[in-house]
Amino acid sequence: MADLVEKSPCAGLVPVAAGALRLSEIALGPITSVAPYKGQAAAVAAMLGAQGLGWPAPGQVIAQGAARVQWFGLDLALLIGVAPGAGLADHAALADQSDGWAVLRLEGAGAGDVLARLTPLDLRESIFGVGQTARSDLGHMAAAITRVEAEAYEIMGFRSMAGTLVHEMAAAMTRVAARRTSPAKGR
Amino acid sequence: MRLPCPLCGARDIREFSHMGAALARPDGGDWGPDWNDYLHNRDNPAGQTEELWYHGQGCGGWLVVTRDTVRHEVRGARLAGEGAGA
Ligand SMILES: [Zn+2]
Repeated sequence: MADLVEKSPCAGLVPVAAGALRLSEIALGPITSVAPYKGQAAAVAAMLGAQGLGWPAPGQVIAQGAARVQWFGLDLALLIGVAPGAGLADHAALADQSDGWAVLRLEGAGAGDVLARLTPLDLRESIFGVGQTARSDLGHMAAAITRVEAEAYEIMGFRSMAGTLVHEMAAAMTRVAARRTSPAKGR
Repeated sequence: MRLPCPLCGARDIREFSHMGAALARPDGGDWGPDWNDYLHNRDNPAGQTEELWYHGQGCGGWLVVTRDTVRHEVRGARLAGEGAGA
């Protein structure tokens, strides 16, 4: 029988370091998209609530230990780190997306400057604070960006574009780091 | 230009696709002048317009955006699912 080896989406691509900036891969465990059927939003919220979670408002992440529910779009959320509870499939369309996403963590002083080169998101703390998540454009790719610390972001991109995603981010990191260490001080 | 998505907040134009005028769909399925207008005829107003914009690189929602073509002012946006058309 063939001996299959599981490869993570960014295997061989990360870690990347540039100055104080670090890019690494995160394994989130199971990822299930949850789209409540018409009229079932309250039932879905109650079922997730029973797991200590709930239904997220736009831009919200509800975490409970290693499990979390992350807003992912109009009437759409991701259940992460835990399998869907029994019966949830009766109220929502569920899709296993565990292997579909490349998940990266960008951290270090200037992490926001790196993202500012790649996404049109307004990254100011007053608009996009710690704990906020957003769907947006990152280097012309669809992405989900979550601010996990003041200078740390979690970035989800399509697994099929992991190489391009890391390439774009590494280039931006190098440029931001070069700016920061340049004798002529700038951004 | 930024559009105020009711879910995502003010977002850059490059996250959106323009999907045409937001028109009220005629009642009934029988062909007539109403359907002809709905499918083929468009006003080109100077001033307030209602347009459909798709937030494809964001929440995935369809928005009805109220915009002034003279002043280039974006007056607001709502989810199309909450009632499209003027
Ligand atoms: Zn949106």
